[in-house]
Amino acid sequence: MKTNLCTISFTVNGQLCERTIPASLLLVDLIRDELKLKGTKPGCLEGECGSCSVLVDGIAVNSCLYLALNVDGKSVTTIEGLSGGEKSLDAVQQSMMDHGAVQCGYCTSGMVMAIKSFQDQCHKENHKPDREEIKKGLEGNICRCTGYVKIIDAVESLF
Amino acid sequence: MNTKKNMNIIGKRIPKLDAGDRVTGKSIYGTDIELPGMLHGAILRSKFPSAIIESIDVSKARALPGVECVITADDVDITNLSYRKDHPVLKKDEVNCIRDEIAAVAAVSKDVAEKALELIEVNYIEREGIFDPIAALKDDAPRINKFSKKGNGNKNISESFHYEHGDLEAEKKKSACIVSRQYVLPKVAHACMAPSNVTADYSPVDGQLTLHSSTQVPFLYQREMSQVLKMDPSKIRVVQPIIGGGFGSKLDLHPFEPICALLSIKTGKPVQILYSREEEFLYSAIRQSMVIDLTTGADENGKFTFREVKIMKDNGAYTSWGARTSFVMMQTFSSLYQTPACVYDADAVYTNNVFAGSFRGFGNPQATFALERNIDLMAHELGMDRAEIRLLNANFPGEVTGQGLEYHSCGHKQALETVVKNSGYPENKHGERYKRGFGFASMLHVGGGAKIYPSDGCGTTLKMDPYGFLTIITGSSEIGQGSETVLAMMAAEELGIGLDRIKIINTDTSVKPWDVGVHASRTSFVAGNSLLGALEILKEKLSTRAAQLLNTNPDDLVFQAGEIRSGKTGGAFKIDKIVRELHFKPPHELCEVSYFYEPSSEFQDKDYKGNVSGCYAFAAQAVEVEVDTLTGKVNVLNVHVGQDVGKVLNPLGLEGQIEGGVIMGMGYALSEEMIFEDGYLRNPTFHDYKVPTARDIPEISFYPVETNEETGPFGAKGVAEAPLVPTPAAIANAVSNILDVEINSLPVTPEKVLKTICDKERGQG
Repeated sequence: MKTNLCTISFTVNGQLCERTIPASLLLVDLIRDELKLKGTKPGCLEGECGSCSVLVDGIAVNSCLYLALNVDGKSVTTIEGLSGGEKSLDAVQQSMMDHGAVQCGYCTSGMVMAIKSFQDQCHKENHKPDREEIKKGLEGNICRCTGYVKIIDAVESLF
Repeated sequence: MNTKKNMNIIGKRIPKLDAGDRVTGKSIYGTDIELPGMLHGAILRSKFPSAIIESIDVSKARALPGVECVITADDVDITNLSYRKDHPVLKKDEVNCIRDEIAAVAAVSKDVAEKALELIEVNYIEREGIFDPIAALKDDAPRINKFSKKGNGNKNISESFHYEHGDLEAEKKKSACIVSRQYVLPKVAHACMAPSNVTADYSPVDGQLTLHSSTQVPFLYQREMSQVLKMDPSKIRVVQPIIGGGFGSKLDLHPFEPICALLSIKTGKPVQILYSREEEFLYSAIRQSMVIDLTTGADENGKFTFREVKIMKDNGAYTSWGARTSFVMMQTFSSLYQTPACVYDADAVYTNNVFAGSFRGFGNPQATFALERNIDLMAHELGMDRAEIRLLNANFPGEVTGQGLEYHSCGHKQALETVVKNSGYPENKHGERYKRGFGFASMLHVGGGAKIYPSDGCGTTLKMDPYGFLTIITGSSEIGQGSETVLAMMAAEELGIGLDRIKIINTDTSVKPWDVGVHASRTSFVAGNSLLGALEILKEKLSTRAAQLLNTNPDDLVFQAGEIRSGKTGGAFKIDKIVRELHFKPPHELCEVSYFYEPSSEFQDKDYKGNVSGCYAFAAQAVEVEVDTLTGKVNVLNVHVGQDVGKVLNPLGLEGQIEGGVIMGMGYALSEEMIFEDGYLRNPTFHDYKVPTARDIPEISFYPVETNEETGPFGAKGVAEAPLVPTPAAIANAVSNILDVEINSLPVTPEKVLKTICDKERGQG
């Protein structure tokens, strides 16, 4: 069987990147298997758990439901891109730590990216979300350890 | 018990030490491991829940380019696994559940491995399976597991437990009220966020097998693996990567793990097996389903008299640790609330369903559900208040139960009083459509480990380097519960050094001292006591040298702010200076010490009597629930948790365990159920198997009860399983009370609630 290949150009965590990939390649596989950014976690690969959330042009997407070729010309941010190097921890990361919002941590990368996207959206709209809105903002991300309380606390303190 | 009064770190809200690695994506889970030259393993499972295998042809799979190895049962010389040794790793001749492993492939990529599986030809003769334990017990039922030991005299019983204490007949006579009910509990999934994984790396040169495994019990895993593979245990090194959720699912050795090892041994290359989410639902451990027949009595004043229990568990096709849940359930029936008499029988029955496993609470949520439902029914029959009957019968400090459990400390009554008071009970707010009310339940669980293995201990080695940094090498494992942080806090408290000067090494069986594993809410207690024992030796060593240098008595010295200071003279040395004094001058000794702690608990006798744990945890929950009588939807509004934790060590971590447990219990109560039809799982996805999300959660109020357990580290006892144990019972009690119906099975789905409402209306009509 011949695979349709296509060449895409995008930025990942600020770095310009060009790759020739099969058209059917999922973004999560591009990130983990090609770019070796293992911080993005495969949880269900069917868009239900949110563990593999990354930002595409600043908006959180489930990278398991997103074709890699669709990031052509776009900017991808993974958990590794939120901090590190000269960047100190992002406020979302710091808040998750301080509030005890991490247990086994497998959902954490995706949770942080989803919160980052939610926070940016709220800031854009100059909106301070209440607890119910925060819960709604988190409903696409499953956590089996924490019972969500501390994650909601962590988000609430960002505003 | 450590009696230190003013604590600097214990009791403070300390974020998990590993949280930084988690929030930055730096943690390496089993799913992230890539070794050079690594192959990918895949397993061919049975098409049918019950069938005879006529033939297996792997020749086409072997011929596929990229395939390096294909194995079936005929290609390997191994033994069965499970503690009953009734579980062949690779099945031949017959299959008995949909998980059954028939062949396995190692290939250069996942895609090639999957493709190879499609090329394996298996000829089956499908048989009629047995999916109901009652049918399995019939005389004419076939023997399902040919390795079974015929528990209780029946070919299809894997394991039976019988327990009794007190004079049942005399207590029955005393009873003014006797309630008998049947309770039905479903199979549920752990649904750990990280799918199961293992990477096996065998070296043909020296015969060493390294397993990167997410096991919760590395030393038991090493031992069982060695038995299965017929290898010397010391040739097996278990290295635990970061573990993405356990909850008991990683207690059993599962067939995919020795299969991965075999693929690595055969190829001489590293091999990895990763589950997809669907595989995780289908093939990893689950909570055992069961039917509980419970009869309980109380006298005219509401004092409990007796309990008579018969339990039938669906063992599935093979025995897992799930069959031993009867052991923990027995404790709840014999010893939660004062219980003069108890007769208890439990059978785990083979069927062609999937086998179970261990799951947080280890049978206790099921037992507590039945018991607490019966208590509500007895209160109703006696015309007593539901809170009052529980308080009247609550366990008390100093109590030795009929089973021989010794409650040195016991906050049961305080926990009950606290949640009843804070919940707002008994106010009911009934609207036309939405009705609100309360439900209660308590729980008893081991709080100081559980002696179910010849040793329930944990070893610790401490190493203080010449710069004053401490390495704690502990046998215990971190699986997300935060035990590493609590251990570091204990060491920081004792040595007066900062948490930033402490690191924990605990992931390698070749390095760390023995520990029985993460289970039974034991780690803070057992590993904590082990650490404190080691710290005492280390401090003595440092104090002796410091006292010589400071011209004082070792008893006069205190460890604080990185120094060892004389209380009398005020003279002090930095702790690292003392380490260097010991090392680089006579006596030329390193600051390295070891200690092994074995809890005072005892093996129970053949009648299951004895003090099985170092101490016991108690809890009570009051839930406030709203039922939509139009749709049947149950909305949990508030959960009040009173729990005897002995002593709060890290409030942040403790709250996390409580909240996570309650929500897991709420999922079990309301929405989670693995739906099996004739042995096939119908809902192996997060879409169809509904775990709670952020929008589902109630307000959770937690009131720790501190009873300062004398045998616990700083007075603490085990915490982590308890919070999910009473939640389903309390929710079902609330719904039953609000609607004046009986909810005697889980989950309490809208369909079930509506049906009970309709049945009641019809009955009244």
